[in-house]
Amino acid sequence: MFDMNKPETQIPDRNTSIALYRTMLKIRLAELKVAEIYPSDKIQSPIHLSVGQEAISAGVCLALTPADHLYGTYRGHGIYIGRGGDMKKLFAELYAKDTGCSRGKGGSMHLAAPETGLMGCSAIVASTIPVATGDALAAKIKKEDRVAVAFFGDGAVDEGVFFESLNFAALKELPVIYVCENNNYAVHSRVSDRHRQKELYRLGEGLGVPGYRFDGNDVSVVYSTMKEAIARAKKDSAPVLLEYMTYRIYEHVGIGKDHAETYREPEKLRQAIQSDPLLRSKKLLRKNFSVSDSQFVEWEKEISQEIQNAVAFAEQSPFPAPNCLHEDLFKESK
Amino acid sequence: MSLLNYGQALLNALTTAMEKDPSVIVMGIGVDDHKAVFGSTKNLVNRFGKERVFDTPLSESAMTGVAIGAALAGMRPVHIHIRCDFLYLALDQLFNIAAKWCYMFGGQMSVPIVIRAVIGRSWGQGSQHSQSPQSLFMHVPGLKVVMPTTPYDAKGLLLAAIADPNPVVIIEHRLLYDIPGEVPDAYYEIPLKKANVRREGKDLTIVANSYMVVESLKAAEFLAGEGIDVEIVDPVTLAPLDEEVILTSVRKTGRLLAIDTSWTACGASAEIAALAAEKAFGALKAPVRRMGMAPVVCPVSKPLENIFYPNAKTIAQTACEMLNRKFPAEKEVPLLTTKFKGPF
Repeated sequence: MFDMNKPETQIPDRNTSIALYRTMLKIRLAELKVAEIYPSDKIQSPIHLSVGQEAISAGVCLALTPADHLYGTYRGHGIYIGRGGDMKKLFAELYAKDTGCSRGKGGSMHLAAPETGLMGCSAIVASTIPVATGDALAAKIKKEDRVAVAFFGDGAVDEGVFFESLNFAALKELPVIYVCENNNYAVHSRVSDRHRQKELYRLGEGLGVPGYRFDGNDVSVVYSTMKEAIARAKKDSAPVLLEYMTYRIYEHVGIGKDHAETYREPEKLRQAIQSDPLLRSKKLLRKNFSVSDSQFVEWEKEISQEIQNAVAFAEQSPFPAPNCLHEDLFKESK
Repeated sequence: MSLLNYGQALLNALTTAMEKDPSVIVMGIGVDDHKAVFGSTKNLVNRFGKERVFDTPLSESAMTGVAIGAALAGMRPVHIHIRCDFLYLALDQLFNIAAKWCYMFGGQMSVPIVIRAVIGRSWGQGSQHSQSPQSLFMHVPGLKVVMPTTPYDAKGLLLAAIADPNPVVIIEHRLLYDIPGEVPDAYYEIPLKKANVRREGKDLTIVANSYMVVESLKAAEFLAGEGIDVEIVDPVTLAPLDEEVILTSVRKTGRLLAIDTSWTACGASAEIAALAAEKAFGALKAPVRRMGMAPVVCPVSKPLENIFYPNAKTIAQTACEMLNRKFPAEKEVPLLTTKFKGPF
């Protein structure tokens, strides 16, 4: 049986490892493209980049099946791409165009691609934790062979609904997986400034939700542990809390790098750069699966082209027409 | 046709909906206990099982999120709160998630949830068991807000709300629960944008909702004895509001008295007064008047509680003022209609 305490021994097979790397690369290159475009003011909306945190988005999303449902946060570009959301619709949404995934009404913070199982991203911290829990309740009642996943940051565990939701999930034995992406900062507030219990994965213990902490910058670990969590959630119909440790490279919102600010810890940045998830994955692919340098270059070219096409699509797409303002408030009754 | 009280009509609607659609679930604090939310969920758990009818932890915020998530994944949850005051704990989920999910994602999804919540009044319900928050929900686009008055309304509107693909907040009044009325046995829906003229008249329009309709009807009966002919319009659904029925009445009588179960400031009565000012100004023969709870915290002491709320007498007095008629102070106006004696 898979040992949740020694996940580093689990290396996914060649195809999966390649897919994980390529997904991370896609997220990284898309984010860098967003950062490049942002000063032009064509993206007129707050953006929260996932650079440095790609392994969690890729590992979690690739472990899921298309039937599984996922709910995210305003830092949602990574899971949108991870779930296989359409790149053109992503950039069109960032440009707030009519062709965007949310018709230009949601923007960067409110991505959704229900056709992939991404049921929506919210900008209110912790607000989708109970929603994912209810989604799992529906799965259980309808006897669907799937899980629901709540994706959230370390700031979310400060909120009451986090505890309320875990309690309910444990009580009703729901197949929900709580994924805490711990990048150490809730905006500019450190975990240690907000919690006596800094091992956040242990916060569910008293409620009956087992928790585990893993290296969130090792995509093999994220993928394997998530796979195991899904299997257990389905088999035992029970919730689990996974805390993945990572580090945010850019500022909380925007494209600046605020490493000189007092809330940052220089040692953590040094470690984060050393444990960059893409570099680690690349090293693994070279060593274990003999992926060649030219292959890496080829992938980068191919993905860059996809992103470039998406940007062109966004640029050329129209803004929503004025009559769209009043559309979509309610769904029409059948 | 059966003679049911309000609570029985709600129970009839829930039973009908659950039989018709297996995705309907009923959740909330106490929905499966012996009191059964004033009888409105009685025996549902025995009939439909614990999976579809369940008590919840005292976690209004998360449980609202749970209802929303279940709705997004194909269920039709009805989440019940025995007092509206407890809903304040759930506003983040209702305002930020339920009201936004359809529009924010360009219409890709919608949230078919029904929130039922009960307003308390009298027998010392006090400051935190007596509030009527309908205007909060009217203020936020993306929510529908309904206040059924009769047992007939209660069944038809609850069935319509459950069938609606959007979030609907139904605000019920404790004092209406014991009032019986004729209710069809078969399935029927009352459209969620349909005002109801409860009494026709020519001198003055009272727009009143929920329990204030009961007090207004009594006032109208008294005023009829004085030769004053009052029309009473009940919006029933406050969002979206049936403007035409209200405006037609105001244009006919030229006088509007808007009465709400809640406070007047930024309230449903303010919205209705504004509607008349914007769209029927030329027809008005007198300034619009509004009535609601006194602009203070609801007191427990009976003499204070009695004057905290509008009643048939104060309504009749206000109507007389609007018509420049002397109120016949020597005559008795019947007070509180209800037989409600608490404790809850």
